[in-house]
Amino acid sequence: MKLKRLLICGVAAVALAGAAQAEGVKVGMITTLSGGGAGLGVDTRDGFLLALKNAGDAAKQVELVIEDDQQKPDVAVQIADKMIQSEQVDVLTGIVWSNLAMAVVPAAVAQGKFYLSTNAAPSQLAGAGCNPKYFSVSYQNDNLHEAAGAYATDAGIGKMFIMAPNYPAGQDSLSGFKRYYKGEVANEVYTQVGQTDYAAEIAQIRNSDADAVFFFLPGGMGIAFMKQYAESGVGKPVIGPAFSFSQDILPAVGDAALGVRNTAQWSHDLDNPANKAFVESFQAEYGRLPSLYAAQAYDTANLLLSAVAKADVADADAFRAALTEADFPSVRGKFSFGPNQHPIQDYYVREVVKEGDVLTNKIIGPAMTDHGDAYAEQCKM
Amino acid sequence: MGELLNRDAIINLVIFALLVAVALGAHLAGDGFTVTLATKAAIFGLAGVGLNLALGYGGLISFGHAAFFGIGGYVTGILASHASSGMPVVTLPFTIMGSNEMLGIWPVAMLAGGVAALAIGALSLRTSGVYFIMVTLAFAQMLYYFAISWSRYGGEDGLSFYVRNTFPGLNTFAPIQYFAICAVLLALALVFTAVVTQSRFGLALQAARQNSQRAVAVGIRPYAIRLTAFVLSGMIVGLAGSLYADLNRFVSPAMLSWHMSGEIMVFVILGGVGRLCGPVAGAAIYILLEHVLGGISDYWQALLGLLLLGIVLFAPGGLIGIVTRRGRHA
Amino acid sequence: MLLAEQALNGLQYGMMLFLMAAGLTLVFGVMGLINLAHGSLYMTGAFACAAVAAATGSFWLGLVASLAAAAAAGALVEVAVIRRLYARDHLDQVLATFALILIFSEGARWLFGSFPLYLKLPPSLSGAVVLPGGLHYPLFRLVIIGFGAAVAVGLWWLITRTRLGIRIRAGEADREMIGALGVDIARLYTIVFALGAALAGFAGALVGSIQSVQVGMGEPVLILAFVVVVIGGIGSIKGAFVGALLVGMTDTLGKALLPGLLSQVVEASSAKTVGASLASVLIYVLMAVVLIMRPQGLFGARG
Repeated sequence: MKLKRLLICGVAAVALAGAAQAEGVKVGMITTLSGGGAGLGVDTRDGFLLALKNAGDAAKQVELVIEDDQQKPDVAVQIADKMIQSEQVDVLTGIVWSNLAMAVVPAAVAQGKFYLSTNAAPSQLAGAGCNPKYFSVSYQNDNLHEAAGAYATDAGIGKMFIMAPNYPAGQDSLSGFKRYYKGEVANEVYTQVGQTDYAAEIAQIRNSDADAVFFFLPGGMGIAFMKQYAESGVGKPVIGPAFSFSQDILPAVGDAALGVRNTAQWSHDLDNPANKAFVESFQAEYGRLPSLYAAQAYDTANLLLSAVAKADVADADAFRAALTEADFPSVRGKFSFGPNQHPIQDYYVREVVKEGDVLTNKIIGPAMTDHGDAYAEQCKM
Repeated sequence: MGELLNRDAIINLVIFALLVAVALGAHLAGDGFTVTLATKAAIFGLAGVGLNLALGYGGLISFGHAAFFGIGGYVTGILASHASSGMPVVTLPFTIMGSNEMLGIWPVAMLAGGVAALAIGALSLRTSGVYFIMVTLAFAQMLYYFAISWSRYGGEDGLSFYVRNTFPGLNTFAPIQYFAICAVLLALALVFTAVVTQSRFGLALQAARQNSQRAVAVGIRPYAIRLTAFVLSGMIVGLAGSLYADLNRFVSPAMLSWHMSGEIMVFVILGGVGRLCGPVAGAAIYILLEHVLGGISDYWQALLGLLLLGIVLFAPGGLIGIVTRRGRHA
Repeated sequence: MLLAEQALNGLQYGMMLFLMAAGLTLVFGVMGLINLAHGSLYMTGAFACAAVAAATGSFWLGLVASLAAAAAAGALVEVAVIRRLYARDHLDQVLATFALILIFSEGARWLFGSFPLYLKLPPSLSGAVVLPGGLHYPLFRLVIIGFGAAVAVGLWWLITRTRLGIRIRAGEADREMIGALGVDIARLYTIVFALGAALAGFAGALVGSIQSVQVGMGEPVLILAFVVVVIGGIGSIKGAFVGALLVGMTDTLGKALLPGLLSQVVEASSAKTVGASLASVLIYVLMAVVLIMRPQGLFGARG
């Protein structure tokens, strides 16, 4: 049995009466299902599959092929080549990491395929490098950091210590934060990618006169930092983007994360019917709380279904117009696309709390409303 | 002995012919992706041939050849991205412009790989044995960390250049034509290796591997000989890196990672150390396994590990070793 | 004050590296074996600690489990695989242990899943203490320094004062001779390998409780441990100790000081990223310098 290639529904050439006049669409999902970063890809896949399952008959229009990119850019490129050259997919989706997206997306859209991003949304693809066939359904990479900057300003924090790994996403993160932070940056520190010991940085935080700390450290780096920070007794408040406090990571951080404010465009306690249905069915199906990545993939699948119901993917202009309308019930409530086909949406401040024995996030207020991104102006389509 | 040499030569030809046949067959069947896979096998095989020169013939167990592979790749990516942006790569002390001509890029990639091999080799060859393995690994790792934080060329995100570089008279974007380029270069590298290993230099290299002291006694200077082999090896691997960058139209620090070093080594071992076409067979088998095992289970790397372990423990001559041994008994 | 804290951080980092490097260098020295899978034993220790601590609620039982599990895994691997490699060349050893990494990593992922595990310090070890001079410092990092020092003393005692130590030293000096003297070499090797594995597993558990417990956690540490062994000299516990502290200090102080120093020379914004890039390659520069001065490492035997 081929576990990695789940062919969800074969497309019957029979058009369902009244459902849609469109032909089916073949979707290739490239995501990380093995290696250290597999957790994020697994949630992406599960969120996407859940949306198809919940859609019932409408999902018969969608044929899905899933492949594992092992979090390696060259593997992702080869899978994309295979999906485009041999399997003739119409739409690609699912990549978690920005570096993999940069390797795959430009070539895929140049070959006429649609790409719907479930997570990664690097600035190069939002500004001058935008493309009519590329949609980000998640955010633009800077957004959560911008929201954190806006929140820090609103909360009246005078001096911030800011920190990120020394790679493009890290540099974008700090510039995104500074774009909306009006106070003073006490110190700006770049750490090594993959660093797991933050004693040196924590010593700098202790000795700085900053009032609070902003950090962006995805994956294991964030877990390590939070645990060590809690041990250090420094005690300055911490703000971060949701990545380090997402549902997949919180259990590993433990109580050290309690009380941390983080920014996101979604939370499992967001009060709207679509989200309630999503969280309940996700828990019923997989026995765990959904993460941000699952929510984004769920929305992506629903966006795709909404476009399939309206237009034939063979008519690229019509299909693109149908996608642009974003006519689907988003788990984020409000959702629309800006001129560069990146979301315009609300961002929230969440706090890490304990519900019973389970660590999770609770919304405490808005950070930004109807926020687009800084690159839309440079996009000429 | 003579019969055995012949058998080796036949096996080498068969391996190469098989690779070409697979690519041609897939092309005729309209399966572009299998052609791409065969191209990947040819490129990895080329990298393996390069490593084999140092490892198989010179006995230099380098665990850092990803450094040269990645350097070749980055040279290609940087030149290509500058060619499309029109900005010079450097202006001081003299101006170097980007290029999207493979014929212009390859020599630079090989030169860069060779210079890096000269620097790393000059230091590493002061040591031997386990030290040598660890030192080469550490130097490659140093370049890896440097590439990750080098934001000018994408850092950890890597560098995309969207369009494959050009070769006069060919459409490099057509899978079979790009395969042809890689296969010809692989063939040239194989002929080069065959000539070099039979030359006085090659014999001296192998003498230095088998018995360093005796080699010194007959007037061979092991350090210089080994360094030369290491540099040649780095140049070939640099070329392979350049081809790999063009295959994916993308380079990233992953090309410099120690997993890459390990994989190149695995190609050499799978096929058989010190055998001319061993690395080609090894690379082809590795890619085949990746696809067969990858379809069976998400945990395919564990299966690959078991298989590797089995080969090391029970078939030290690699897969070609199994074939030739059977041949000899028959 | 900041400098003092950073120096303590460097010391703690060095002690952790020592726990890793000690096992590596012992195995090199006694059996002449290069073991890439040492990082997998480190990971085994961390996972065992997390699993047992989660099941029993006791961090201490978890620590014991990390020692036991890593030692058991080490002994098992030695008997099943490593033993066949002593007579082989380094190439086969590299390949076989590279294969073991793949098996260990995917095995751990299969057993524990892809998400990082939770491992928390007991209240008695968590929080910060005030040191003389008014410096606040995390208690657990002091505990790691203490454990590291204790292991260093223990290893010194083991090697210089016990029968096992005499055999180990004899094994380093002349492998054939101790066989002739009637020592059960196979058993000695298994014990040494399991000892090195236990130290790695112990380091994994200690580090896992302040970092994250996840698949692949052993690989970056393994490479640093290699650098330590190269600097210190193969087979020398003393060399591993000195090398580990050197690497720990260089890395920590480099990260802390370089960006600041550089920003006095060039403009601030690029100084931060360039400084961080330079700091990340500093230990490899250190290694290169040592190799130029003493190719056999600081305390390595000649040749």
